[in-house]
Amino acid sequence: MKIRSTLFAITGTLLAASAMARDVTLLNASYDPTRELYRAVNTAFAAQWKAQHGDTVTIQMSHGGSGKQARAVVDGLPADVITLALAYDIDAVADHGLLDKSWQQRLPDNSSPYTSTIVFLVRKGNPKGIHDWNDLIKPGVQVITPNPKTSGGARWNFLAAWGYALKQPGGNDAKAKAFVKTLFQHVPVLDTGARGATNTFAQRGIGDVLLAWENEALLARHEPDGDKFEIVVPSISILAEPPVAVVDKNVDARGTRQIAEAYLKFLYTPQAQEIEARNFYRPRSPTVAAEYAAQFPKVNTFTLAELFGTWRQTQAKFFADGGVFDQVGPGN
Amino acid sequence: MRKRVLPGFGISLGYALAYLGLIVLLPLAALAWKASGIGLHGLFRLLESPRTLAALKLSFGGALLAALLNVFIGLLVAWALVRYRFPGRRLLDALIDLPFALPTAVAGIALTALYAPNGWLGRWVVPMGIQVAYAPLGVLLAMVFVGFPFVVRTLQPVLQSLERDVEEAAESLGATRRQTFLRVILPLLVPTLLTGFALALARAVGEYGSVIFIAGNIPMRSEIAPLLIVQKLEEFNYAGAAALGVVMLAFSFILLLLIAVLQRWSRRWAERAA
Amino acid sequence: MSAVRTSRDASPGRRLGHAVIIVLASVFLGVFLLLPLASVFVEAFRQGVHAYLVSLHQPEALAAIRLTLLVAAIAVPLNLVFGIAAAWAMTRFEFRGKAALGALIDLPFSVSPVISGLVYVLLFGAQGWFGPWLAAHGVKIIFAVPGLVLATIFITLPFVARELIPLMQAQGSEEEEAARVLGANGWQMFLRVTLPNIRWALLYGVLLCNARAMGEFGAVSVVSGHIRGLTTTMPLEVEMRYNEYDYVGAFAIASLLALLALLTLAVKTFLEWRYSDEIAAHAPGGH
Repeated sequence: MKIRSTLFAITGTLLAASAMARDVTLLNASYDPTRELYRAVNTAFAAQWKAQHGDTVTIQMSHGGSGKQARAVVDGLPADVITLALAYDIDAVADHGLLDKSWQQRLPDNSSPYTSTIVFLVRKGNPKGIHDWNDLIKPGVQVITPNPKTSGGARWNFLAAWGYALKQPGGNDAKAKAFVKTLFQHVPVLDTGARGATNTFAQRGIGDVLLAWENEALLARHEPDGDKFEIVVPSISILAEPPVAVVDKNVDARGTRQIAEAYLKFLYTPQAQEIEARNFYRPRSPTVAAEYAAQFPKVNTFTLAELFGTWRQTQAKFFADGGVFDQVGPGN
Repeated sequence: MRKRVLPGFGISLGYALAYLGLIVLLPLAALAWKASGIGLHGLFRLLESPRTLAALKLSFGGALLAALLNVFIGLLVAWALVRYRFPGRRLLDALIDLPFALPTAVAGIALTALYAPNGWLGRWVVPMGIQVAYAPLGVLLAMVFVGFPFVVRTLQPVLQSLERDVEEAAESLGATRRQTFLRVILPLLVPTLLTGFALALARAVGEYGSVIFIAGNIPMRSEIAPLLIVQKLEEFNYAGAAALGVVMLAFSFILLLLIAVLQRWSRRWAERAA
Repeated sequence: MSAVRTSRDASPGRRLGHAVIIVLASVFLGVFLLLPLASVFVEAFRQGVHAYLVSLHQPEALAAIRLTLLVAAIAVPLNLVFGIAAAWAMTRFEFRGKAALGALIDLPFSVSPVISGLVYVLLFGAQGWFGPWLAAHGVKIIFAVPGLVLATIFITLPFVARELIPLMQAQGSEEEEAARVLGANGWQMFLRVTLPNIRWALLYGVLLCNARAMGEFGAVSVVSGHIRGLTTTMPLEVEMRYNEYDYVGAFAIASLLALLALLTLAVKTFLEWRYSDEIAAHAPGGH
């Protein structure tokens, strides 16, 4: 707290007004696409906390690639909560003793208050006639996806493609490997993050189809020039579960456990679930989901557990050094 | 050996070494220590990987080429700015430092936007079959961009201090323009050009921010070594990342040392010529 | 400045040669530097002056500007002192290992920004050499202002030294030796002889150092932690806004950085013009 307030003084941020009340600050280290979501969530939570406890809570945000954020927390970023793209990144933080390894059982629904999936964003009129995963490997189709090594979203992309191939009649690991290898031969640019890939596709006009988080694709559609794109839902995709967790070591050091836990629980309340839905994340609450059903296309999904097991196993098999992605990624 | 009539040898060298030690050497020692975690076997495995080799080749090959281009372009530009008066000279002079000041990420975004197929320049060059953005050429472009000010800025003061008299004397002795330039001016400039080359090279080798936007980052083709380091970090492979960092550093240091030695030779040669 | 006077006796052929060089240099600079710069401003003003101003007048933007200025204000003077000391040692004395020292000074340029951030994480991060000790004593370096300053110092360390060394080499030490022989003490010699001789190169070095310090992205990105309003410098704020699809905002901040660069260069140009006689008087040379 002392360091933080010193920092405020040094950087001279405009927080003079809040210096009077009893301040609580929380730091939420999150991945890239959640900026708009947490801006809205934080406002709502701060209002609720103020009403219930009278304290002013300021929630600082740090955004970056999911893996990079996990590393920052391991290296000492004093995040109270981490809200990342996939469970492996939180596992890695737990491996360094910053939170309990059973973190995923502490909150409902695998500690994922919202879900998403992987869909295709194509150019207006779908000129290349892309309707499903196997259309991506048609001659002349260029696919934009970030690098699974540096982007959490890209890992979900990879696994979704793999799962599609696996679930085809006669599908097996060898066939899936061949499919994904061919798919990556259609990738002309590997951005390091999901937002970079969206910019390459939307702003630079590269590629025919972008593999994207559903929430990112819906967001792009709602941008001012969103009518230049169309969303295509493949026959099957993966249920992406972005997890959240309290970083035990940091909240205990800072004395913020109570409010950090309340913050994460807040994500499951009807009020927050509505905010999540409005920001194009699929809410877990059936009532809110029903209310926003029109917004989300119908997608046939499989879960990570069904096809791949845990994130630790998946990471080791596919994305570790020398893993499957190194064998089938572009350049091979 | 010059006699030390001047004061401050101990304090200036001591201070410089202490500062370098704290800011540069201590952190690099931590890097080397971390890198030693992968062991010799790990190092061989790293260097055997075709992908690592391709990335190192692109980073170093691209940087050497970019530095060489910068020497020629930089000499031309510095010459024009120092020797001639023309409208807009001040503006162009002020622009030289832009690559330093523009955050590399902004430079990367701006260059990519210009050279992408739908960009101001891309829409002209791409139909001609020249792909700059998302190709190795883009890597080169970004490297030339970030290293560009070094050659010009190291040359300018020296060109300014080069006396016109020397040239005029040479010319009055019947030397042609070309002879004057090649025999009189160039030898005097070589040490400075080497400095500029070394700096531009050093800067380009490690460049990350601007390159990743424009490179396309396809392994074996347009993937630079610093990106591999980042990928190893993402795998929580600190030792591997540090090892690749040390390998890059060792290469750079050898290159810089070679240039420094070349420079001393060329300086003696220039002094003899003068 | 005798070197820049136009030749009175230029023949038509030579004048053509001059024109070709000038045109080539201008075209190159135009396409290579002016166009990217122009694109920054075009993007920044895409939605008009009002949107531009609104995007700058936000607490996060102001905090980023303040932080950037603070970091530069600490890093640049430190590197200035180092630069003078290093250049003095390098150009006025012969000693063993000089080439190695020269290469060492340049080394930070060749260290990938990714690495130059990482090394401080390895030293001061929670898992680093001094991490546990720092944590126990409540000192924060990484993901706080000191880490940003350290990374910036590292990146910009060579600039002043690099600017001074070639000049001081070219100038030689005759004047300083003469001052000593005439009885000046070390300080007097430095203030009355050395400093006036190198002040312009020193100024350029500081300007470059400053420009780069404000624009550094890669290394700072590693040690920043990206806590908005707290540890994000202007370049990081640019990236952040770009990733929020707020292109006007991203380029507005970028245009400020470009403006800062142009402003420092304008100051330099003004000083050159104002004191041109003095510069000419101190111009090195004279064998």
